[in-house]
Amino acid sequence: MTSGRLLLIAALAAAVSIVVLVLVGLPRLNRAKSPAPAAASAAAPAVPGRKIKARLFYVSQDGLRLTGVEREVAYGEGTANQAREIVNAQLAGVAEPLVSPVPAGTKLRALYVTERGEAYVDVSREAVSGHTGGSGDELLTIFAIVNALTVNLPAVTAVQLLVDGKEIETLAGHVDLGRPLAKNMSWIEE
Amino acid sequence: MEGLDRDPPLIARSQSRRPSSPLVIGALLTACAVAIGLTAALFSQGSQALLVLSRDARRSIAITPQNDQEFVALDDLATMFQLNVREDVGAITVTYKGKTIVLTPDQALASISGRLISLPAAPVRTGGRRWLVPVEFISRAFALVSDVRIELRKPSHLLIVGDLRVPRIRVTYEPLGAAARLTVDATPRANSTVSQDGNHLALRFDADALDSPDTLLQPPPQGFVQSVRLLDAVTVGVDLTPRFAAFKATSQPLDSTMRVVIDLVGAQTETAAGPPAATNAAGAATTAPPAPPELGALTLPPPSIHTIALDPGHGGEDEGARGTDGTKEKDVTLALARRVKAIIEARLGIRVLLTRDDDRNVALDARAASANSNKADVFISLHANASFRKTLSGASVFSAAFPPSAEAAAAAVSIERLPTFGGGTRAIELLPWRLAQAPFIDRSVELAEIIGQQFQNRVPLSPKPVDRAPLRVLEAANMPAVLIEAGYLTNPDQEKQLLTNEFQNAFVQALYDAVLKFREVVEGGPRPAAGGGQ
Repeated sequence: MTSGRLLLIAALAAAVSIVVLVLVGLPRLNRAKSPAPAAASAAAPAVPGRKIKARLFYVSQDGLRLTGVEREVAYGEGTANQAREIVNAQLAGVAEPLVSPVPAGTKLRALYVTERGEAYVDVSREAVSGHTGGSGDELLTIFAIVNALTVNLPAVTAVQLLVDGKEIETLAGHVDLGRPLAKNMSWIEE
Repeated sequence: MEGLDRDPPLIARSQSRRPSSPLVIGALLTACAVAIGLTAALFSQGSQALLVLSRDARRSIAITPQNDQEFVALDDLATMFQLNVREDVGAITVTYKGKTIVLTPDQALASISGRLISLPAAPVRTGGRRWLVPVEFISRAFALVSDVRIELRKPSHLLIVGDLRVPRIRVTYEPLGAAARLTVDATPRANSTVSQDGNHLALRFDADALDSPDTLLQPPPQGFVQSVRLLDAVTVGVDLTPRFAAFKATSQPLDSTMRVVIDLVGAQTETAAGPPAATNAAGAATTAPPAPPELGALTLPPPSIHTIALDPGHGGEDEGARGTDGTKEKDVTLALARRVKAIIEARLGIRVLLTRDDDRNVALDARAASANSNKADVFISLHANASFRKTLSGASVFSAAFPPSAEAAAAAVSIERLPTFGGGTRAIELLPWRLAQAPFIDRSVELAEIIGQQFQNRVPLSPKPVDRAPLRVLEAANMPAVLIEAGYLTNPDQEKQLLTNEFQNAFVQALYDAVLKFREVVEGGPRPAAGGGQ
């Protein structure tokens, strides 16, 4: 009887400790295991409240180039998460007098960064369907996103845009999106 | 999507599995009939098999045709790829290295981690034992869980496992008077070397295997060619008649294809002998002795502009930019292109090709390809712009811009040594399709500047009139190439202006003058003044 009861208590204790281990220990173990890899998963993007300063890009007064504007962007742990925050901020609508170079309604679908520092930025189809169709605007749309990542994140060397999860030839019929594009300051107003 | 909402089939099936016995017998009889039918079909098409090529083996899997579809046995796939196949009530579960594909017997669908993949037909059971799945199961479902690349080439009954280079080979023969031309296309691109042994040529491809049709040569052998056949896994042999005397091979990348053109010349052809060998204008390194006199006709003429490819931007459902009054870019570009063509052809006698002459959409690569295949000397793409700022106006001229890595790749272009007339070899440069523009970029920048200069005071210019940008349509052009944005449709005044005769005449005249100036440059005449504004 007593040995049976002892066994029961021991089993219960073992069960409790397993539960505690699973609930408390494993997440810690996981956290310890992931030293912010560049190609992080979609989980845990931002640390609430923490902000960084980033240079985002808007259409210049003359419409020919981009103007860099310093703005606060949510902090993201690791390159990929920070890249997501920056792109989300770049895609967000802006108030006058700023004009966004990205068609309204364009959302970030996914983003990952390869070991070589190439960021793959998958945006929603509004980037195509809502575009003005001009090659000038197309260059501004693309280089706003390319430069927002390459200027603010040294770990990102080039950016390839995808639309709706697919590689596309161009956004509006002109600029080659078939390869990752590097930072290009010639589209930025001094 | 519909399939997701409709998961009851599994349940419905499990209920119907305990029917009255006559039904069971009926089902068994049907299954037997199907099995006999399938076996008969298999035997009648006994030669049908899927050839499976991998790094270490060449195997085959039997193909069973049924209802215009081709099936393979799941067992065979399981053996070959170490799949674990388990049959549950109303579902077949295929597991590969921890990843799972679920098939439902009466549905032309496969489910992979909750994602539905459509198949051309539902799995079919033979004689109650083996499950047959459409061959597309391999490319659409198994390829997604496989950790090695899987490529199914259904028309050639070929399955490529892993990173093997297996170009499709297509050979065509074209008689050209007393000479003839063999064109050998390898897709995806594979380089090859041509060697000659008497009346036999051998094209050895830098590949792991070749994907070739049963009859390699279409149309059948004629003229100089007796037969074209595979000599080994990577070599195509061409047997020539004794009339054959010499050949010249050149390679040229076309999109995803590498094309080798072999010009064949007969002994003592009846063609008029050309002038004694003119110097090779291209200046390509030639280690061979001078070409025999009868080949003079094949040397290049002095550089000039004989053909211009004009590319009216957009078209069809791709309307391009739109003005506030509803003017469509695709209409403006076509109107301008037609005017430019008329004036250049009438006054300069230069052939002008339009990449489209009506309201239809032409792929960007097809536009460059038509310029390339027509050997145009200049490519001009015509567009009208749009801006987020309605005040912006004026024309701009672009030449291509490549990232430094691409320019380095173009500079490090692979040079193939291919045999030439008289038994020597000649260096042939091979460039990827999208870098075709790289060798011409200086000339393109020059052309853009000339156009910018000619536009001055005649066509309103944007504040940034001459520029460079990574424009897709220019990258594949194998000649000096520019893209002109005639003006901004988003500027209401300019939108009206672009439609006027006055503007269009001025634009066309300025572009005509620019072509004249550029022709002088190409022919080695006076150089343009520096400048033009970057």
